[in-house]
Amino acid sequence: MNSAIEAEAKRPQAPAVRRHPLARWARRYALQIGTVGVAFVIWLVFVIAAPTTFLSFNIYNALLVTTPYFAMVAIPLTLVIIAAEIDLSFGSIMAWGMTGFDVVYLNTQNFWLGFVACLLFGLMAGLINGLIVVKVGVPSLVATIGTQFFWAGAVLVVTNAQGIGLTFLQGSILHEGLVGRVGGALPMQFIWMIIIAIIVWFLLNRTQFGAHVFLTGDNVDSARLMGVNVDRVKITCFALVGLAAAFAGFVQSVDLLFFWPTMGQGNFLNTLAAVFLGGTSVFGGTGTIFGTFVASFIINAINPGIVAAGLTQYYTQVIYGFIVVVSIALQALLRRRLS
Amino acid sequence: MDDILQLKNVSKTFGEVAALHKINFEVGANEIVGLLGDNGAGKSTLVKIITGYHPPDPGGEIYWKGRKVDHLSVAKARDLGIEVVYQERALADQQSLWRNIFMGRELTNRWGVLDLGGMRNETQKLMNTMMGFTSAAVTPDSVVKTFSGGERQGVAITRALYFQAELIILDEPTMGLSLSETKKCLDFVEGIKKAGKSAIFIDHNIFHVHPVADRIVILDRGTIAGQFKKNQLTVDALIDRLQRLAHTGTLDISPQTAA
Ligand SMILES: Nc1ncnc2c1ncn2[C@@H]1O[C@H](COP(=O)(O)OP(=O)(O)OP(=O)(O)O)[C@@H](O)[C@H]1O
Ligand SMILES: [Mg+2]
Repeated sequence: MNSAIEAEAKRPQAPAVRRHPLARWARRYALQIGTVGVAFVIWLVFVIAAPTTFLSFNIYNALLVTTPYFAMVAIPLTLVIIAAEIDLSFGSIMAWGMTGFDVVYLNTQNFWLGFVACLLFGLMAGLINGLIVVKVGVPSLVATIGTQFFWAGAVLVVTNAQGIGLTFLQGSILHEGLVGRVGGALPMQFIWMIIIAIIVWFLLNRTQFGAHVFLTGDNVDSARLMGVNVDRVKITCFALVGLAAAFAGFVQSVDLLFFWPTMGQGNFLNTLAAVFLGGTSVFGGTGTIFGTFVASFIINAINPGIVAAGLTQYYTQVIYGFIVVVSIALQALLRRRLS
Repeated sequence: MDDILQLKNVSKTFGEVAALHKINFEVGANEIVGLLGDNGAGKSTLVKIITGYHPPDPGGEIYWKGRKVDHLSVAKARDLGIEVVYQERALADQQSLWRNIFMGRELTNRWGVLDLGGMRNETQKLMNTMMGFTSAAVTPDSVVKTFSGGERQGVAITRALYFQAELIILDEPTMGLSLSETKKCLDFVEGIKKAGKSAIFIDHNIFHVHPVADRIVILDRGTIAGQFKKNQLTVDALIDRLQRLAHTGTLDISPQTAA
């Protein structure tokens, strides 16, 4: 290339340390290995504290049924948080998507159209979040608290706070395809959770968009200077959460065969806790889909764990809050030590 | 016309601050332009206009190889063949070395999937040839955060050279470097010249700029105070003029570009 470089090339190099491939692998995936370790320890605690519950098949069946309800949102939410933003409006968007279904189905009697409307309503709500944050410049924490209330209110206005039964969906392809059982056992929503995890994992780790999510969250100025379209990256992340929230809301409603206009409000803490417990940094720039995936099950096992241990359910909220605060505090401490 | 880059009538105002005022500036093919000027003179702002980071105020025009470029963006500038070592280095601390090298220009295969192996291999090659890492513990997956100041600059410089740019802009690349690293950096600039490419080299140290530059442009409070071909002035004469510029506010020869 040029003389300086060639000269440099001839300079003797310090011998490279040959690491065992396994050691290299362990280093690269330290975060994921840690998450699995934590999950295993918590599981052991549960098994010891309540063996009858945690050694029976039922608990795992229940976890496979209900974890996807919020994990399908937590997985794309991981992208938003890696990009150093936050979305607190996903709970309302779950119900807002179903409101779209409601309106279109009542007018057309076609539940497929209703399903498409649900997804579009969610996508639109996510895009609006992104535009408010990026184009107007409102911090995402504030912007999405605002839209959280806005969509929750809009749902109540449109539905007149009336739930609707969805028994007409029972036995339909939509019902079977989203919440049926594979081989009579494995719930379809768990399959969808895996599909979403694979798609989002691929986006994050194998596409330019994903590379730009990391860069945007790590140092937004550097990313801009090097030509990353930071605005588009952020808007896309918010849009994906909106889309996934509507889908998750639909899955949950179809499974229960009822749409509650307040649906999603209860998913606030567990969804966020899953992302942070999964090792995604609240400061942006680092995080894994695998971590969120595993942490979702840990989070969802806490409630039955507490009940089985003979405590009241009220402790669940205490522990979720505790997990959020502790995992973020650990990240803050780690960050201070490294800088 | 030989110039690869021309700025005509370029101004940049940040609110009340006029960082640049009606600048006419050009870089010739295979020319190294040294850009001098006090803190806040507008050097980095000029750089960021050339790289598409800041749009110039209305009325300013940018030409690349004689063609007018509208709506320049960073991505577009990089596609044209402009690479930069920014004063702020523009690294992502928590990310791996290879992600920093390929930042904003990731290699993909023909299906648009990231070519991770390719990027790691290229990074390893660059580490062996250009970056001069003395620590053997560094791999393409090492996180940039732990690198020394010199190593970080090495990453930024390597990144700018890697993409075979036609115009490489170095904004204070020797800042905070040791003597040997500074020497290496200046060698890089000479390498750019030998490779037939062009560069804009910004440095507060005249002894760094003078030997490698073909032409020296002096920026003063947002305007071009003057410019010289290197052979028109010795280093001592240049220092003398600059000192008088600081005192009197005017450069004592009229702006000229000897053909
Ligand atoms: N993004 C910005 N917003 C507001 N003002 C800015 C911005 N960037 C630069 N300026 C102002 O423009 C002027 C020129 O700044 P610039 O960074 O171009 O100077 P410089 O010549 O690179 O100085 P230095 O040698 O210290 O790097 C300064 O007064 C600076 O404060
Ligand atoms: Mg500067």
